[in-house]
Amino acid sequence: MAAFLLRRIGYGLLTVLGVLFLLFVLFFAVTNPDDIARKAVGERARPEVYAQWKANHGYDKPLFLNKAFAGGDMRRYTDTLLAEHYRRMLTFDFGRSDADDSPIATRLWQGAGPSLSLTVPLFIFGLVAAVALGLFVAFFRETYIDRAVLVLCMLTMSITSLLYIIAGQYLVGKLLNWFPISGFDPNPAVVARFLALPVLVGIVAGIGADVRFLRTVFIEEMSRDYVRTARAKGCGDARVMVRHVLRNALIPILTNIVVAIPFLFTGALLLESFFGIPGLGSLTVEAIQGNDFSTLRTMVYIGALAFILGQILTDISYAIADPRVRLG
Amino acid sequence: MSAPFLAVDRLSISFPGEGGGVRVVDRVSLNISAGETLALVGESGCGKSMTALAIMRLVPKPGRIEDGSRIEFEGRDLLTLPVPEMRGVRGAKIGMIFQEPMTSLNPVTTVGDQVMEAIELHAGLSREATRARVMELFALVGIPDPKSRFAAYPHQLSGGLKQRVMIAMAMAMRPKLLIADEPTTALDATIRAQILELLRDLSAKTGTAVLLITHDFGVVNEVADRVAVMYAGQIVEEGTRLELLSRPRHPYTQGLLRSIPKPEARGHRLEEIKGAVPRPGHWPSGCRFHTRCPFAFEPCPTKEPVRTSVSATQAASCHLVARELAQGARP
Amino acid sequence: MHWVSNAVVLLLVLGAIWLARVVPRERYWRENALELWRRRRVAIAVIAAYLLIGLLDSIAWVDAASEANALTSGRPATIVDRIFKPESLKEASYSAPLASVSFYGGQPLAHPGAHLLGTDLLGRDVVYRTLKGVRVALLIGGLTSLVVIPIALLFGVSAGYWGKRIDDAVFFAMTVLASVPNLLLLIALIMVLGKGTVQVCVALGVTGWVHFCRIARGETLKLREADYVAAARALGVSDAGIIRRHILPNIAHLVIITFALSFTALVLSETILSYLGIGLDGSWGQMIDQARNELSRTPVIWWNLAGASIALFTLVLSVNIIADAMRDVIDPRTRREGR
Repeated sequence: MAAFLLRRIGYGLLTVLGVLFLLFVLFFAVTNPDDIARKAVGERARPEVYAQWKANHGYDKPLFLNKAFAGGDMRRYTDTLLAEHYRRMLTFDFGRSDADDSPIATRLWQGAGPSLSLTVPLFIFGLVAAVALGLFVAFFRETYIDRAVLVLCMLTMSITSLLYIIAGQYLVGKLLNWFPISGFDPNPAVVARFLALPVLVGIVAGIGADVRFLRTVFIEEMSRDYVRTARAKGCGDARVMVRHVLRNALIPILTNIVVAIPFLFTGALLLESFFGIPGLGSLTVEAIQGNDFSTLRTMVYIGALAFILGQILTDISYAIADPRVRLG
Repeated sequence: MSAPFLAVDRLSISFPGEGGGVRVVDRVSLNISAGETLALVGESGCGKSMTALAIMRLVPKPGRIEDGSRIEFEGRDLLTLPVPEMRGVRGAKIGMIFQEPMTSLNPVTTVGDQVMEAIELHAGLSREATRARVMELFALVGIPDPKSRFAAYPHQLSGGLKQRVMIAMAMAMRPKLLIADEPTTALDATIRAQILELLRDLSAKTGTAVLLITHDFGVVNEVADRVAVMYAGQIVEEGTRLELLSRPRHPYTQGLLRSIPKPEARGHRLEEIKGAVPRPGHWPSGCRFHTRCPFAFEPCPTKEPVRTSVSATQAASCHLVARELAQGARP
Repeated sequence: MHWVSNAVVLLLVLGAIWLARVVPRERYWRENALELWRRRRVAIAVIAAYLLIGLLDSIAWVDAASEANALTSGRPATIVDRIFKPESLKEASYSAPLASVSFYGGQPLAHPGAHLLGTDLLGRDVVYRTLKGVRVALLIGGLTSLVVIPIALLFGVSAGYWGKRIDDAVFFAMTVLASVPNLLLLIALIMVLGKGTVQVCVALGVTGWVHFCRIARGETLKLREADYVAAARALGVSDAGIIRRHILPNIAHLVIITFALSFTALVLSETILSYLGIGLDGSWGQMIDQARNELSRTPVIWWNLAGASIALFTLVLSVNIIADAMRDVIDPRTRREGR
């Protein structure tokens, strides 16, 4: 188990290095620091202003190879943007935003709370709802209930999340006026009111695809021989679905769930932006609209880290849940 | 011979399909008496597994048991029992083991827990008492080192051990009847003999009757008291083991027995039954076997044969047998 | 560059004709196609309609009429443009569907009752705008995938078939690309490459490539171990032959289904890109994004949103239905006749 863990984490680290390289190529090679400086400072500044800005933001070194140093000198390779990039990203030294010069790390900390307060309830309630509905529909497969739910899933899956948000805001916020359309107040007494609508919209938008997937998994398990054995022992329907089907279905489900956990941090971009929740998703959207490459770079990196972490967690949880993997 | 405690009466099972559905089990009638082992023999697709599943009311959807079928057990019709009561029968009064021990056990729970579940569902014993009982059962079915095996997962056990666990599970509540659906087909030859011996001993020791589904006459020879032969959804012959193995009357049974390779027939062409088993729903008219029967004559293609008793214990559904008996021919 | 667009259209049409001739020859494809038609005629008809509109909107040329056209002025006018003659239908600003007066102010319209879904902020007919969006959607979902699939197949099948070094390299590249959350990578690519049509499609292609590659690789790995492949090898069939005759045809149906699903995913994700301001010009996503503000007014302006949403929903739903039906048709367990 330990060897497996080590190997897995090692590959994860390798992937991180690969991602950092990709980011570097994207953000430094495809757009060069001069363009970024120009976008930040403006088109008509004097060359010294550009140079100073670049120095401040760490964009003043050459990309891959610093020819100022001789062949044998290590600094030929380490005093470059590439090396700098790696060093800083791996030490989580994110620097400052290109747009307003604020420290990115601070913004990250500030945004994490609101993001989590949205995505965690969204994830948990969404999961519970989808599993319950999935079990229910799988049990009633091939009946009218099943067909009706499938059609519903198909319909709901074909609607863009943008529309869900717009509809949600319009119907519930404007017409029915149950919840505020947007905004956020971290005060625990009122925070639920602001989160209710985005969480609701988020669940409705995603539940169609989830239920279909879960239904397939559950039905697959239900047709297995051990379910027949359980019934032959005298197990009732509920017991069969929960103790046997669900328990076995967990294994393929886990792959999808644990991968999503790190995304709780990166935040639901659209939801946060539309509903005015000052989380990491909003931060990213602001970075896009403000051409803030440095923040964007950091967000993409964080996202990738979260995903890789999720993959590792998935593999581990797989080993825990499936005794065949654990014990060989 | 004791009175039958399980009587299957005109059981018919059909599946939806082209032309109004297909009857895969056609008016099958069987009796099992206490403590005896009845072997239900037939080729793949003849409906024997379905018959067994029907007794447990586990016929998979979309199949359904037709009205007019009746399965009498301990004086009650199982087919009309309310579901909670049927659940009380399953696993407690009637146990069932299946063909593939590999997939028939829950892969993510220990075998000990699974056998415990069989007891928990019907008896309200304490955890320790249940655990102790499971250990007894493991010993009963011949599982070595029961303590360590208890915490094992199915994939860690060999095929033979898994099947023993299945048997332990099915026998946990000392059922009156054990249905074994091809329990040895997926096992190696040596293990096969062990499991069959186990079934025989268990039946003798506990008085449990056994309904053994198989396609292998070798298995029949090992364990059966009585035999019923199925073809194309119908019972074509039944009798004691001796009667059927030494003096089969139905041409199908005769063909089956003849086609078993014998060492003394080495160098000769293998015997076969001409033709192939017809697909359900595409059965020939009249006697379903007539297209492959070497003795088919005038009534066979048009009239369905009736069950004719050859002796107190043997019966066959065949026009030829009926005619021979009518003419007083020697059996 | 209307001749580029025209050339692409010609290629697609030729490709479709080639397919129409090749498919009926293979019994497997013919039977599946017929079965699909039998089951989902409506959805197929809907998609065919969309394809037709997209086609009509892609064939363009410049002439005197387009010169005079205020909306296209100088740019080549497509067949759709010529049918609708948008410049002659233009109003000043908003108007309700089939209205005869403008929405704000109530002045009489230039073309009363001519606008089935009203007009938008700039007075453009909403039906016309919706129809123009068809081509954009097909471009995003269809063209991007069509370009991506051969490349992804190349890498995926190679990795799956030859394994070892090639597989390690491809798998690593896939993992790295897949580790970045799709949307974020998309955004990063577009920010970096620019916001033009080609750039967005390239970005979509780069992020979508991994999905196809992974499926191709997975299936090839499975198929490589199949008995009939071993038999073919024993008979002396070359690697290329095995790939061509045994592997590609067997992953083809999976690729088609994945194509359909990725089509819908791409079109839907473009709406999100439009919201962020980095989508394609003239797309339904853009229309929906503009509609957001319109909803908060009283009385509500809904027709812009309605046109784009219904068009988008219908297309995505139809493709989803077809993808689902394809899966059922190909999976032998759900086919009722034959076994």
